[in-house]
Amino acid sequence: MTPPYETHEHDVLIIGAGGAGLRAAIEGLAQGARVGLVCKSLLGKAHTVMAEGGIAAAMGNVDRADDWRTHFRDTMRGGKFLNNWRMAQLHAQEAPERVRELEQWGALFDRTDDGQILQRAFGGHTFKRLCHVGDRTGLELIRTLQDRGVQQGIDVFMECTITRLIKDGDRIAGAFGYWREQGRFVTFKAKSIVIATGGIGKAWKITSNSWEYTADGMALAYEAGAELLDMEFVQFHPTGMVWPPGVQGILVTEAVRGEGGTLRNNRGERFMEKYDAKRMELSTRDVVARAIYTEVKDGRGSLHGGAYLDISHKPAEYVKKKLPSMYHQFKELADVDITTGPMEVGPTCHYMMGGIRVDAETGQSSVPGLFAAGEAAAGLHGSNRLGGNSLSDLLVFGKRAGKAAADHAKSVQSGALDAAQLQDAEREMLAPFERTNGEFPYEIHRDLQDFMQSLVGIFRTEEDLQKALGELEKLKPRLERMRADGSRMFNPGWHLTRDLRSMVLISEAVTRSALARRESRGAHSRMDYPNFDETWGKQNNIIVRRGDQMTLEQRSVSEMPAELKAILAEDK
Amino acid sequence: MPDATMETSVMDEAVLRVFRGGPDGGQPVDYQVPVAPGMVVLDALHSIQNRQSPDLAVRWNCKAGKCGSCSAEVNGRPRLTCKTRLDSLPLDQPITVSPLKAFPLIKDLVTDVSWNYKINKKIPAFQPRAGVAWKMYQRDVDRVQEFRKCIECFLCQDVCHVLRDHAKHESFGGPRFFVRTACLEMHPLDGISRSKLLKDELGLGLCNITKCCTEVCPEEIHITDNAIIPLKERVVDEYYDPVMMLVRKIRSA
Repeated sequence: MTPPYETHEHDVLIIGAGGAGLRAAIEGLAQGARVGLVCKSLLGKAHTVMAEGGIAAAMGNVDRADDWRTHFRDTMRGGKFLNNWRMAQLHAQEAPERVRELEQWGALFDRTDDGQILQRAFGGHTFKRLCHVGDRTGLELIRTLQDRGVQQGIDVFMECTITRLIKDGDRIAGAFGYWREQGRFVTFKAKSIVIATGGIGKAWKITSNSWEYTADGMALAYEAGAELLDMEFVQFHPTGMVWPPGVQGILVTEAVRGEGGTLRNNRGERFMEKYDAKRMELSTRDVVARAIYTEVKDGRGSLHGGAYLDISHKPAEYVKKKLPSMYHQFKELADVDITTGPMEVGPTCHYMMGGIRVDAETGQSSVPGLFAAGEAAAGLHGSNRLGGNSLSDLLVFGKRAGKAAADHAKSVQSGALDAAQLQDAEREMLAPFERTNGEFPYEIHRDLQDFMQSLVGIFRTEEDLQKALGELEKLKPRLERMRADGSRMFNPGWHLTRDLRSMVLISEAVTRSALARRESRGAHSRMDYPNFDETWGKQNNIIVRRGDQMTLEQRSVSEMPAELKAILAEDK
Repeated sequence: MPDATMETSVMDEAVLRVFRGGPDGGQPVDYQVPVAPGMVVLDALHSIQNRQSPDLAVRWNCKAGKCGSCSAEVNGRPRLTCKTRLDSLPLDQPITVSPLKAFPLIKDLVTDVSWNYKINKKIPAFQPRAGVAWKMYQRDVDRVQEFRKCIECFLCQDVCHVLRDHAKHESFGGPRFFVRTACLEMHPLDGISRSKLLKDELGLGLCNITKCCTEVCPEEIHITDNAIIPLKERVVDEYYDPVMMLVRKIRSA
C-alpha cells in the first residue's frame, strides 16, 4: 500500500458507466459483490445516451415469426461470419429477457396496439425487431439502469479517469487514476475489473463520438497484457450530418430509414438499387456507407458532399412522433425541416467492432481478473455490427461480465498495489506540467484525426495504411514533449495528454490489423483486395504486447457446431 | 467524405466573454473566435480550448442536445451551449458565457452538480403493483414518456428562483425532480405513493408556478403544467382533503 493516495476497495471495479458498465454493476451487486463504478463524465452522460434507434431483441411482438435463430443468422450475416458464433448465439437468445427486465425496472418503450413493446425495422434485420422509444432509446436505457443501480447501492465515482491498471504478478490488483475536478490522484483495489469504456471514435475527424471515446479501456487492457481482437473493423455509420460544418458527423439515426426514409443522389436516383437492390436503404451499414461515399466521390453527391435522406413523404405528425430528436436536431442546427424536405447525410465514424478479446460466456480477457463488455470488447459483431445490436450487446454481456467478475472475486484474495507501478503512473501524469515549451495536445490530436480520416477510413490501401503507420511513428516523439498549462483543477488540456496516448496506441493497433487483413470484409474495405478471402474468413487478427513491442498474429476461428451451421444454412 | 465539405468560409469574428476562475474569484475574459456557418457556442468554446486556452474548463459530451452536459448561461440565459447558434445572437457585442448560478462553482464553466444526484437518491424507485400483467397502451404511456425525455441538463434547476435566489437546496427538490417523481407516480404500473416525500422532503409547496423552468427546458417538457401542477393536486388530495384528513385522524387514533 502507498499511503499518500486516496484508496477505495471493492470486489469488482467497473470502468465506464454506459449501458454495459451499469448492467455489469447491477449484476455484480445482485451476486453480493461490493461494486465500484468509475466514469469520466457525470453519471448518465455516457455514450449510450446517444443511441437512438432501438434495442434488437427477437421478441416477436410485431413479426410473430421472429425468433433467436433468425436474429443469430442476421447477426452472423451482418458480420460476414467472422463473429464469435457463441457470442452471437448467447446474444440472440438472451436479448429478449434483458429487454423485459428493463421494462420491469421502469423503462417505457413505445407500444403495439395490443399493449406490448413495439418493434421497428432496421438494416440487416429480417424482421421488425428493434424495441424503441421514438429516437431516444439510449436515454431510456441508461436512465433506467442508472436509477436501478443507484437504488441498489453502487458506489459511483463520477468524473474520475483511470490511467493505469495495477497488476500483482499476472493478475489484476487494482487501478490508478485522477479526479477530473481537483486533479488529485486516487487508487482502487479490486479483485476483478470490468472494462466498459467504449470505443475510439475520437481518433477520426468526422465522428459521431464524444470526447470520452479515446480508446482508454482498450489501451489499459493492452498495456496490462490483454489481447486485442480484429482491430481493423471500424464502423462508419452511413448517416451523419454533413452541414453546417460545426455539426458534421453528428448521428442521424438509422431509424429514419427504418421508418421508410429513402436515399437519393443529386440526380434524384435511389442509388441503393445499384448496391443492394434487395434490401435497399435497409442494407447493412458497411454497404450503405460505401454506397454514399462512392456516389459522392463520383460526383453525384448532395450540395455539401453527402446524400439526400428523405422522410417527408410520411405525415408530419408521424415524423415528429417517431423521430422527435431528428426533427429538432435538423431544425435547430441546420435550418432544415425534415417533415417537408430532405436531410443531407454522409458517413461518420461511429463504432468499433474490434476490441478486447474475451471469453464468450464470461467476458474475461486473456488476463485473469480482467473482464470487458460492450463496445470495448470484441467478437459479437464480427466485421460489421447491425444497428440495434449494440444496446442488446451491452445488456447481455454487461450482465454476464458482472456475474463472472463477481464470481471471480469470490474465488481469489485481493492482490497488493505495487508502489513502483503507482509511482510510475503518477510520474506519467505529472510530466506534462514539467515541460515549459512542448506542444499542447490539441494540435497533435488534430493531426491524428486528419490522417486517420484520410488514410484509415472507409476505403483502404496498402500504400495509405503504410503511410498512416509512418505518421503514427512521427507522432510518438511529439507525445513525449506534450505539455499542460495551468493547474490540475478541471483541466481538459491536461486530461487530453493522457487520452491522446491511448488513441495513438490503439490507432496503431487498428492500422496494423488493417494492413494485415488482405481482403475486404464488412467494414474493412481494401481497394487493393476488394474481395472476400477464404483463408482470412477463418482468421482473427490478434494484437498483443510482447515486451515493449506491439505484435500481431493470426489465429484460426473455432469451428461452429453443426446445429448453428444448420441455422445459417436455412435461407429465409 | 471529400474535403469540399470541410471548406468553410470564415465570415466573421465573434467575441466570447467567458467567465474564468474558481470559488475564490474570477473574471470574464474576452476571446476572439472565427465564426463558421452554423456554429454553436460550444464550438466557439472548443475553439478557445484548442487554440488559445487549453485549460478552459467546460463539460460536454454528445454535442447534439441529447446528454445535457454543456449547460451554461449565454447572455444571461440558461442554455445548452451545443444548441445555441452564434447566428441567433447579436454578434456586434460580446457573447457572455457564465457558469450555472444555482450550483457551487468548481472552475470556469464547470459547477458542482452533485446535489442533484443526492436528491435523486431520495426518490423511491419504480415499484410495480403486485401481480401486474406487463401490458401497457400507448395512450397510457404518452404522458409519462414526455417526462422521460429529460436529459438532466439542470437548466430548470438553475433558473428556478427557489434554488437560484433563495438557495433552498436543503428543503426543495427543484423542477427536475418533480418531473422525475411525476414520471414514477404516473407510470401506469407503479404501485407506491410519493406524496409524503413531495410534501415533506422535496418541498413541492415552495413552487409558486412561475413557469421559468418550462421556458428553459430544451426538451420542451411542460414541467409546470404536466408535472408540477398534477403533483400538487395529488398532495392536496392526499393531505388536505377534509374527508381524507378525518380518515387519517381516525386511523391514527
